[in-house]
Amino acid sequence: MSLSYIKNVSTLELDVEKCTGCSMCVTVCPHNVFEIANRKSRIVNKDLCMECGACVKNCPENALAVKSGVGCAAGILLGYIRGTEPTCGCDGDSDCC
Amino acid sequence: MNYITGQINLKTKIPIVSTILNFNDIKGAIKARWDINRNNYNVKPGLYAIGSPDSSSDVFVSANYKLSFDHLRKNLNGLNAWILVLDTKGINVWCAAGKGTFGTKELVSKIKEFAIETIVEHKRIIVPQLGAVGVSAHEVKSETGFNIKYGPVKASDIKDFLKNNYKATQKHRTVDFPFFERLKLTPVEIVGHLKYFLFVFALMFILSGFSEATFAVNNSWNYSLILIANLCSAYLVGAILTPVLLPFIPVKEFAFKGLILGLLISVFIFYFNLMGNNLIENISLFLINTAIASFIAMNFTGSSTFTSLSGVKKEMRLFVPIQILFFATGLIMWIIMRFV
Repeated sequence: MSLSYIKNVSTLELDVEKCTGCSMCVTVCPHNVFEIANRKSRIVNKDLCMECGACVKNCPENALAVKSGVGCAAGILLGYIRGTEPTCGCDGDSDCC
Repeated sequence: MNYITGQINLKTKIPIVSTILNFNDIKGAIKARWDINRNNYNVKPGLYAIGSPDSSSDVFVSANYKLSFDHLRKNLNGLNAWILVLDTKGINVWCAAGKGTFGTKELVSKIKEFAIETIVEHKRIIVPQLGAVGVSAHEVKSETGFNIKYGPVKASDIKDFLKNNYKATQKHRTVDFPFFERLKLTPVEIVGHLKYFLFVFALMFILSGFSEATFAVNNSWNYSLILIANLCSAYLVGAILTPVLLPFIPVKEFAFKGLILGLLISVFIFYFNLMGNNLIENISLFLINTAIASFIAMNFTGSSTFTSLSGVKKEMRLFVPIQILFFATGLIMWIIMRFV
């Protein structure tokens, strides 16, 4: 009954070689996707990843990668109509997120 | 501004803000939830004070959406602290971070503009965890010397966070989406759609006037109510019932959740004899109701806190064609029945 979403879709990737175990990814992830084991980060809940990109942005070693963006149907439709990346229309005008 | 209670005279004058929300703040918050003046509900970016802070007080970073700012100051009650409000164009922290307006560049520029290194002697700056989507801690460190401490997701956990030596526990770091949060987000979606309602109702009224290929206003009055009752029910199922029952519907895709409930509400409407006069009309209304509920429910992905871009794209690839097929087939069947 938990709030989990579609499985096996996240584009999150971790390059363990580059990881120094600083644990910033654990700190910033809102869905507990990571854990530190043996001084390295490990992806433990990949299906909970919402591809927000906070971990990638805060990894000092560039060990993480994800195709981040808004998980928003209206934003995807808007991007499709405008021919841009998925976006919520908050740039000054009406709707937002 | 009614929330400013005084000022501190350093090199510049820094406004002191109240930590108690007054009637206007609460009224403004309710209006924003109903999408009234929501896009102008902001505070001036800059540095503010809580209590009587000094050079050892903590610095909290916020967005200039007034709901975000109010939420932070309310939860700093009893503390002495600084608030640095970034210019996020009146958007909340998480959404603005996703867009990059709550980001490294804006934070670095505000730290420099307000010379935070002359305001405090320590090198800590507390950023809400959801801001991490736009802020890169190591880049801010290398550009300003300030160490970012990511605070808890909810401002209400800030005092625990401070007691815990600037560490958020796993619970404080986790985003959930409980019943009242889901309910709170439903009006904005509905108000956003209001402008389309009038148009749809007018169209339905006119189309309902046709019976056996002749138009009569009497038909409109007799028949459009049934139609509007169907459409409104389907809409509300997608916009309110699906979000509220989100974790209880045993499929993952939002569009699928809406589709199931749309089908159930159609059975309910049929049972109470509020549908068409014949089999074709009934089938057409089943299809239209289901398509609407599914589409509107799918749009709630944007308000939710756990859907990914890849996931939403995947469900859209499957369900948007189904929605179009159901809606188009239903509409064509229904219109044909007006003319035979």
